[in-house]
Amino acid sequence: MDLFEYQGKQYFSRFGIAVSPGDIADSVDQAVAVAERVGYPVVIKAQVKVGGRGKAGGVKLANDAEEVRFHAGNILGLDIKGHIVHRVWVERSSDIAKEYYASFTLDRPNKSHLGMLSAQGGVEIEVVAEENPDAISFLSIDPVRGLDLATARKWVDEAQLDEVAQEQAAELLVKLYECYTKGDCDLAEINPLILTPDNKVHALDAKVTLDENAAFRHPEWEEFRATETEDPREKMAKEKGLNYIGLDGTVGIIANGAGLAMSTLDVVNQVGGTAANFLDIGGGANADVMASALEVINADPKVKAIFVNIFGGITRVDEVAKGVLEALKRVSISSPIVLRLDGTNAVEGRAILAPHVSDTLITEPTMLDAARRAVELANA
Amino acid sequence: MAIFVDENTKVLVQGLTGGQGRFHGLRNRDYGTKIVGGVTPGKGGEDVDGIPVFNSVKEAVAATGATASFIVVPPKFAPAAILEAAEGGIAFIVCITEGIPAHDEAVTYNRLVEEYPHVRLLGPNCPGIISPGKCNIGITAGDIALPGGPVGIVSRSGTLTYQALHELSQQGIGQTTCVGIGGDPVPGTNFIDCLAAFEADPETKAVMMIGEIGGSEEERAAEWIKTNMTKPVVSYIAGVTAPAGRKMGHAGAIISGSKGTAQAKMDALAAAGVHVCLNPTEAGEKMVEIVKAL
Repeated sequence: MDLFEYQGKQYFSRFGIAVSPGDIADSVDQAVAVAERVGYPVVIKAQVKVGGRGKAGGVKLANDAEEVRFHAGNILGLDIKGHIVHRVWVERSSDIAKEYYASFTLDRPNKSHLGMLSAQGGVEIEVVAEENPDAISFLSIDPVRGLDLATARKWVDEAQLDEVAQEQAAELLVKLYECYTKGDCDLAEINPLILTPDNKVHALDAKVTLDENAAFRHPEWEEFRATETEDPREKMAKEKGLNYIGLDGTVGIIANGAGLAMSTLDVVNQVGGTAANFLDIGGGANADVMASALEVINADPKVKAIFVNIFGGITRVDEVAKGVLEALKRVSISSPIVLRLDGTNAVEGRAILAPHVSDTLITEPTMLDAARRAVELANA
Repeated sequence: MAIFVDENTKVLVQGLTGGQGRFHGLRNRDYGTKIVGGVTPGKGGEDVDGIPVFNSVKEAVAATGATASFIVVPPKFAPAAILEAAEGGIAFIVCITEGIPAHDEAVTYNRLVEEYPHVRLLGPNCPGIISPGKCNIGITAGDIALPGGPVGIVSRSGTLTYQALHELSQQGIGQTTCVGIGGDPVPGTNFIDCLAAFEADPETKAVMMIGEIGGSEEERAAEWIKTNMTKPVVSYIAGVTAPAGRKMGHAGAIISGSKGTAQAKMDALAAAGVHVCLNPTEAGEKMVEIVKAL
């Protein structure tokens, strides 16, 4: 789950990482109230989960209440690359002497954590990595040992951060690492991390991605979830506990297992169709899950045919078959369903469906045959 | 021969008394796997359909001589179960648990490497391993596999593993071992581990490798194949049509920027001399062709 900048800053604060004083506002009046409280000048920043908001007019400086009113009024409701701004973050403007970059993420090939630190922050790190790779100091961290202050001190020196910033930066990096690990982040990034003219180091931006698998030990993440703006199809799927991603095509896809679901998308594409979604009903899906999946797909008006591709392992095909019949009882499915069923209890599953096979409930022996049939029906 | 597990492998099931543990544990036993015991703290002395249950891995190993463990416990408990297995003397651990936090996986993996360097972990979040006719640990439906070789399979995705087994078995092509390495960011066993084992196994004559978007394991495997692999490899990479920036189910399956795309992986594999196929059926057909020409 990606956090908004303001949520990332609030998350940082919990781990003692210095951020600019500020608050969130979803109306012009509220923005003014925050500005009055934190003191002028303030920066008003659009809260969207997409880059390039500055260029789109989503970040403005305001010196008094009137300017806050003007800019907040313009930014709220702004459409930035398809993302509508519902909230702005208003914070005290900082004077900047230097801009750095700092982040932690998982280094998958090396099975360790990767810290990245650069004295050249404020620009996209990918650009720095390409044009001046030596400007980034990489630190590989053993997940068992973690990051201590002594190592962080050496690191800030290697990265050639200004001497007046080094001690504060080292302390902040240890806190950021703690936020990254104890806070279960996939990514914790500060760009820019700034040094002010009066020699203070703090985070001017926050980019945090949380590991959903760790949600069980973070009840506090509920508040972040509440603000997630989602495709209505995805929202419905999530409420039913399904792993769904909305796409633009006409063939609704239901498969068990992420790999098979991805592969189903590929095969539909190869035989001339387009997928309306990715939907993995997961391992061990029962009749109820299958029925919910069909309901979610059925709610998508673009869908013209549904391809159910099941290879039972932990999932039992007879359960899937029961789910299809259950769903047909519960809701009227408007598109024809093409099924391909194999694996655990496939014979039982096919037998359950056999008496119900019709023009709108079709079974095919292989994945490729089923894809062709579904695409044919969708394109008809 | 087979890799990692065979007819002599004695297996414990950690979580045998749970619903999933019981279902798959008994199914594995029905397949012929030597399931010698279960482990559930507090339930020592009980039995599951005749299989004795122990309080700890250590007790179970002492009583049964088990060398492998099949872990079927919730994500919260899985890291501790993995370390308990290693500490208890298990050499080969299969963990099918899905949904373990990435940081827990990273810590567990590194503790295993440092404290128990001879232990191999398969997974987490994997379908397991099957050496057809000999041993099946995990959730694969045994009847879709065909004993006798000569093909080895290694796959990052569960259901695609079954698909691959099915495609080959339908054509009468058997498998030596089929390993599902799982789709999580920190897998205990990777492509290269399996490719190296297949390369060293005299009965394996060709390898099918199934990858997916995200990470760079396929690219690393391609590098390894280029310099080390003498046996033919057929690959299929899922997710050609996956959009960037969206996690496709598996925690590891995400295209970030231009990295981790199916195309980049296919290009790397093709450059290493691998037969790159566009869907599982095509991969199956290609393998049939290769095996017939052996």
